[in-house]
Amino acid sequence: MIPLTYYLGLGAALFTIGLIVVLTRRNILVIFMSIELMLNAVNINFVAFSRYFDHLQGDIIAIFVITVAAAEAAVGWGIVVSIFRNRGDVDIENINLLKW
Amino acid sequence: MTVHILLFYFFAFIAVASAIGVITLRNTIHCAVSLLLTFFCVAALFVLLEAEFLAAVQLYIYAGAIMVLVVFVIMLVNVREDLPQPGQIPLNAVAVFVGIGIFFFLMFVIMAGDFSPPRGIYTAAYQAANGGQTKLIGKVLYTEYLFPFEIASVLLLVAMIGGIILPTRRRFRRNGKGKGEMV
Repeated sequence: MIPLTYYLGLGAALFTIGLIVVLTRRNILVIFMSIELMLNAVNINFVAFSRYFDHLQGDIIAIFVITVAAAEAAVGWGIVVSIFRNRGDVDIENINLLKW
Repeated sequence: MTVHILLFYFFAFIAVASAIGVITLRNTIHCAVSLLLTFFCVAALFVLLEAEFLAAVQLYIYAGAIMVLVVFVIMLVNVREDLPQPGQIPLNAVAVFVGIGIFFFLMFVIMAGDFSPPRGIYTAAYQAANGGQTKLIGKVLYTEYLFPFEIASVLLLVAMIGGIILPTRRRFRRNGKGKGEMV
């Protein structure tokens, strides 16, 4: 059996990569994609824990995470399209509508 | 068993490499394809973890639905490639250091952690004797987790409404009497 820590390490690596993308890139589309990547990394951890300790709760929570990711994708990309419609660009440096 | 570990290394390496591709590639559509490869590898890892149902869900929802949405939005929204400006380092060094620091912290916790939670009843033998994992997931989802399931359905309804309302073009037009109407 593959040690549990391998899966946890992989999850940590993917999560960190997603985090670095969110912090560094200025492209809003890539930032959204890496949020999906981070959610996926968490899912790996949930499923690994669930399987190594003979539970099903991890799988159920992973399904809920996927549901939330789908909802987030629909609304988030809708917001991106509507910002693009209104402003003509989606550079995150210029989106400061709620800043005061 | 050695095949298992070799497959794990193979898919884990491709997953991390293509995730790094999301950081380094400059063209947004290349990032999307790289991310798609990561999703496929994660689905393969779910299969290695004997979570067949989640592997299928991963492929349908992430690799299917979400990536189609992503590619459509990339098509609609033309982002100029964010090339580093002259005199600017390509990646923010501080953010990379913070990220690597968080990674080492997580690895420290994982290595130091003593993982011995109470074991559940859903062993591989139990799952095989009770109609397979998918059936058991369905049973648990519709009994023990019925309330979160209903909340998730409301969430999806709200997301559906948001997804229809938000990208629709609306203009606010005044009709001369101080009142306006949405067109």
